[in-house]
Amino acid sequence: MRIVFEKRQEVSRTIRVLVPVLSLVFALIFGAVLLLLSGVNPLVAYAAMAQGAFGDVHALAETLVKAIPLMLTGLGVSIAFRMLFWNIGAEGQLAMGGLAATWVALYASRSLPGWSVVPAAILLGMIAGALWAAIPAVLRAYLQVNETITTLMMNYIAILLVSHMYHGPWRDPEGYGFPGTARFPEVAWLPRIYDRAHAGLFLALIAAAILWFVLQRTKWGFELRITGENPKAARYIGINIPRLILVAMLVSGGLCGLAGVCEVTGVMRRLQQGLTVGYGYTAIIVAWMSQLNPWGVLLVGFLLAGLLVGGDQIQMAMGLPAAMGLVLQGALLFPMLGGSLFAEYKLRIVRSEPQDAVLSHESVAKEAK
Amino acid sequence: MSALDLSLLTSILTITLRAGTSLLYATIGEIYAERSGVLNLGVEGMMMVGAVSAFAVGYHTGSLLLAVAVALIAGTLMALIHAFLSITLRANQVVSGLTLTLFGTGLASFLGQRLGPGGSRLVGLVGPSLSRLPIPMLSDLPLVGPSLFNQDILTYGLYGLVPLAWWYLYKTRPGLYMRSVGENPQTADAMGIRVGANRYLYTMVGGALAGLGGAHLSLAYTKGWTENITGGRGWIAVALVIFAMWDPLRAVIGAALFGGINAVQFRMQAAGTTIPAALLNMLPYIATILVLVIITWWETLRKRIGAPGALGVPYAREEKG
Repeated sequence: MRIVFEKRQEVSRTIRVLVPVLSLVFALIFGAVLLLLSGVNPLVAYAAMAQGAFGDVHALAETLVKAIPLMLTGLGVSIAFRMLFWNIGAEGQLAMGGLAATWVALYASRSLPGWSVVPAAILLGMIAGALWAAIPAVLRAYLQVNETITTLMMNYIAILLVSHMYHGPWRDPEGYGFPGTARFPEVAWLPRIYDRAHAGLFLALIAAAILWFVLQRTKWGFELRITGENPKAARYIGINIPRLILVAMLVSGGLCGLAGVCEVTGVMRRLQQGLTVGYGYTAIIVAWMSQLNPWGVLLVGFLLAGLLVGGDQIQMAMGLPAAMGLVLQGALLFPMLGGSLFAEYKLRIVRSEPQDAVLSHESVAKEAK
Repeated sequence: MSALDLSLLTSILTITLRAGTSLLYATIGEIYAERSGVLNLGVEGMMMVGAVSAFAVGYHTGSLLLAVAVALIAGTLMALIHAFLSITLRANQVVSGLTLTLFGTGLASFLGQRLGPGGSRLVGLVGPSLSRLPIPMLSDLPLVGPSLFNQDILTYGLYGLVPLAWWYLYKTRPGLYMRSVGENPQTADAMGIRVGANRYLYTMVGGALAGLGGAHLSLAYTKGWTENITGGRGWIAVALVIFAMWDPLRAVIGAALFGGINAVQFRMQAAGTTIPAALLNMLPYIATILVLVIITWWETLRKRIGAPGALGVPYAREEKG
């Protein structure tokens, strides 16, 4: 007797909806066990997390601060994932965007009219992110070099470069040896909405709207989707796949670069440690949980940001590790990943195992040689 | 060469070996997982959990043997999550592995703040550590003696593990099965090799070795628990697998290169160099990209792909045609 998976006639919508809900329940139970083991009432901790993330306007603003980079990088990553390009380099592309924006804010801003500094930072930051993404894209598109590793390696190079700049050449001479650049001039500040929440939110909304439109309504979006779903068919109908990869990655890297621009001009207003805190990696979870849907990215980005802020809050209020937020993210995504199979397949128990095509070990050895 | 140059060389070699040990364990583990067709990007997370559990157990029990054993088990259990998701439930391996890294990093950080005495932090505590065991006679050899034969037990373990891993992979029947389920699971299945069981086994072996690598970090290399103790070593291990073209012997060269750059940089900083440390630190990553480009180019020319043919592709028996 054994268990097999059988393909369903059509994808089950009930399960599609049920999986995220059950995953959330699972994650909360898992977290509760951890909290109980460390001697804390989980209900109290969860209430504090929710309160800290969504409880009042200040909490919401702080959640938005973390949600904006997650949304932008999530959108960037999802467009690459659409065509099965595994861009793990969002973190590095974000860093390069932040680096370019810093250059504009600190140096170019002197010779630019005040109104143009922020747009210039945005433009240059997006270009920097796009170019950083273009390197692995070209390598993959024209030389078939595995992009998972190259995008990942590019992250380390970018992060080291950024840290080198604010430790060395760009360090604030009046900063008492503190590693970081000088504070940006006011013309280079991205406007804030409330507390630290900034106008990057609108950029994320606009980006999501454009992406949604492009994916659903344009020929390019169609090409992108068909290439991800069926590369053979895409080649058959004459889509130039290398060029498509390159353009998609330029867009992807540009959006991640924009996230970096928002971080330095909207939140930190200088370049210092704390630009690369893992948004680019969480973006992959965001993209996946939202099933690569741009509107879904916004929603999931906001919710995951809530988990992060909630984690910080219980650390401050209850002395619990902030890592609780990360643990919950993982515990949430594992069942979601596994559960998605059941929308397409169902379990069936088979009585007896068919004993077909079992060869002797010797012939296996011969065959393989 | 003067005596000073020799001692410098010895010291660089020593640091290289110490820095490379955790990398090499994790890399060999990942080679096994990937050879069986399972890409596990959770190495960083598995190393983290291995490091924190080894240190916590060592601190509370005083037993290094127990500490190493628990790290091994912890790494295996972490890998089991990935195995279940990606083999049984056919989840996307890239996403599942990344989640494992995030989860492991979070879990290790959480435990690191709770597993000290009375629920306090582990950071800053001093526990038992793996001491260096000079091998009589051999450790007195000039140049290589003090570096190769005056190390801790986990580094010595590699001297046996590397050739064993190579021999098992290329010269034994189970090794052949491992490669065949990674190369062509359909054919392997038709020949009666249990694809799922093999993949489970080697994914878990990979986790166990990553756990050992983590244990080396907290018990020997940094001698204590700190947040972000792995510092990206898990990711470097993933890159080293490709650098090594899925071969345990070539992994030694890669780990030595990465460890060596650590050592040289350590020395150069001590000597007060003007080359920025950040640029030196970039070298291994740039080297990995270059090597990857070169081997890919070379292999497409020669049609001799080293990557397991079915790497990252879930296997489902009924999905034929």
